[in-house]
Amino acid sequence: MSKLTFAQKALAHASGRDSVQEGEVVFVDPDVCLSHDNSAAIASNFSAIGVDRVRYPSRIFIALDHCVPAANEKYAANHRRVRDFVRNQRIEAFFDVERGVCHQVLAEEGFAVPGGIVVGSDSHTCTAGAFGAFAVGIGRTEAAAVWASGRIWMRVPATIRIELSGEFPPGVCAKDLALKIIGDIGADGALYRSVEFAGDGVSNLSMSDRMLLCNMAAEMGAKNAVFAPDEETERWLAQCSPRYDRVDLRADEDATCERTLHYELTGLVPGLACPHTVDNYATASQKAGTVVHQALIGTCTNGRIEDLRVAAEVLRGRKVAYGTRLLVFPASNRVAKQMYDEGLHEVFLEAGAVLMNPGCGPCLGAHEGALAPGEACISTANRNFRGRMGCKESFIYLASPATVAASSVAGSIADPRPDGGVL
Amino acid sequence: MKINGRCFKYGDDINTDVIFPGKYTYTVSEPSEMAQHAMEDLDPSFSERVSEGDIVVAGSNFGCGSSREQAVICLREAGIRAVVARSFSRIYYRNCINSGLVPIQSEAADVIQDGETIEIDLENGVLLCDKGEFTFPPFAGEVARILSCGGLIPYTRKLLGIENR
Repeated sequence: MSKLTFAQKALAHASGRDSVQEGEVVFVDPDVCLSHDNSAAIASNFSAIGVDRVRYPSRIFIALDHCVPAANEKYAANHRRVRDFVRNQRIEAFFDVERGVCHQVLAEEGFAVPGGIVVGSDSHTCTAGAFGAFAVGIGRTEAAAVWASGRIWMRVPATIRIELSGEFPPGVCAKDLALKIIGDIGADGALYRSVEFAGDGVSNLSMSDRMLLCNMAAEMGAKNAVFAPDEETERWLAQCSPRYDRVDLRADEDATCERTLHYELTGLVPGLACPHTVDNYATASQKAGTVVHQALIGTCTNGRIEDLRVAAEVLRGRKVAYGTRLLVFPASNRVAKQMYDEGLHEVFLEAGAVLMNPGCGPCLGAHEGALAPGEACISTANRNFRGRMGCKESFIYLASPATVAASSVAGSIADPRPDGGVL
Repeated sequence: MKINGRCFKYGDDINTDVIFPGKYTYTVSEPSEMAQHAMEDLDPSFSERVSEGDIVVAGSNFGCGSSREQAVICLREAGIRAVVARSFSRIYYRNCINSGLVPIQSEAADVIQDGETIEIDLENGVLLCDKGEFTFPPFAGEVARILSCGGLIPYTRKLLGIENR
């Protein structure tokens, strides 16, 4: 029998088959379907289908995060429609405005499980691949159809394998790696593909790092991204209560991959995605001195406790530069609690940062820190498209928490490494 | 079915934020109003110039970024019948099928000029433009069934046996 990739194994298992071929269309019943503020729009599509009840209430996960708390009447009415729907359909896994970013909450609540089929009406649903799940983003109408039928079609993707070795040098992290990979292969470098991270270097990556890399795979065009379960996965799963049965699937060692890339972590440097595409790569030192008016730490990409610790370490005893504003958004209220327990909030407040509530914040330009024409923002988010933060005449640079924190102190883009010489 | 239309030509990596800005995602819900904001951050005069039956032509990775379906609906409501691109982002492609906007992946996208009128024959997988004839695999299997039902909602109604209710 031929050797199988993770994607082939996951989709074969989910469709009750021994094996599946690349390009084949299979039907699967997802273990969970994620959505957020867009659940009201999905509910409208669901009504149009014409069934009264959702097929599997326990497989629906909804977290309000995109514009929380509501910025105005329209957003408030949208949230109310979601709450009404959740109550009427008896959906238990509903998380209101206080809880946090859907991808983070999905993991914390035990919905990201090895071998699970996770679909979500959000392009960064692939984040859950960090736990060994087959996790893919879908559209709103598709989500409505999953609510109604419990089923969706998937085309089996080809696989790109990314082999990692070594460990990150000081001041460099998984975000720098993600930006480098995307810079190398382009925003469509993994279009329709399953991305499998592998190699000795994986054991040096925390779950936070893995979530980031799977999250950013969306910016390579990937269908999904995955890490095979290991000790780090077990450590995380022990902290949450998995909501469905796990099945440990890993790619065969010599499975056929369309392409294999190698990255040596030790040689990486702090990187940036420059305006207005995520594959417009530069090193932080190449752009050092570029003035930034706003700095943002948080979002589904970099709002975890590990990210806040790194940022606090850079900011400890320092001040945000005059003319620059620093916004900090923990990814969930659990992360926020941990931040307070560790006293990191004092570091942020003393540095002059604005400490915000868990949620997506201004990442999609809806509220809580939109930009003015001509302004530049350095952000830990995952997208820097023109107009993304509410103004098409502004400029967004993407970077790691360390680079964003160092840049907020300098008032301009700065290399955060100890020998960067900027601080 | 054949689609005949005038082309609006754009480049590579056209993302969903420029097709339909994120700031409107929860404030604009009427499809006709979505059409007024189509391509706003890329081609501000698009919504005034576009007419029923037109076609969007683009390079690689069309529709990358957010999964927002409004980026498909706004074009469809503006009158766009098909998008011809070198390649599509995965979710955008699925959203097109599910909403009844025909996505054609073809290298013809490289040679079609802005303003040109082209013809697309869906059954036979043939695209005719000034530079000649291009073929593409006609839609097959589930994708063809969803398109022939008129999108995913009618398809799912049929699947669940409630099409006449």
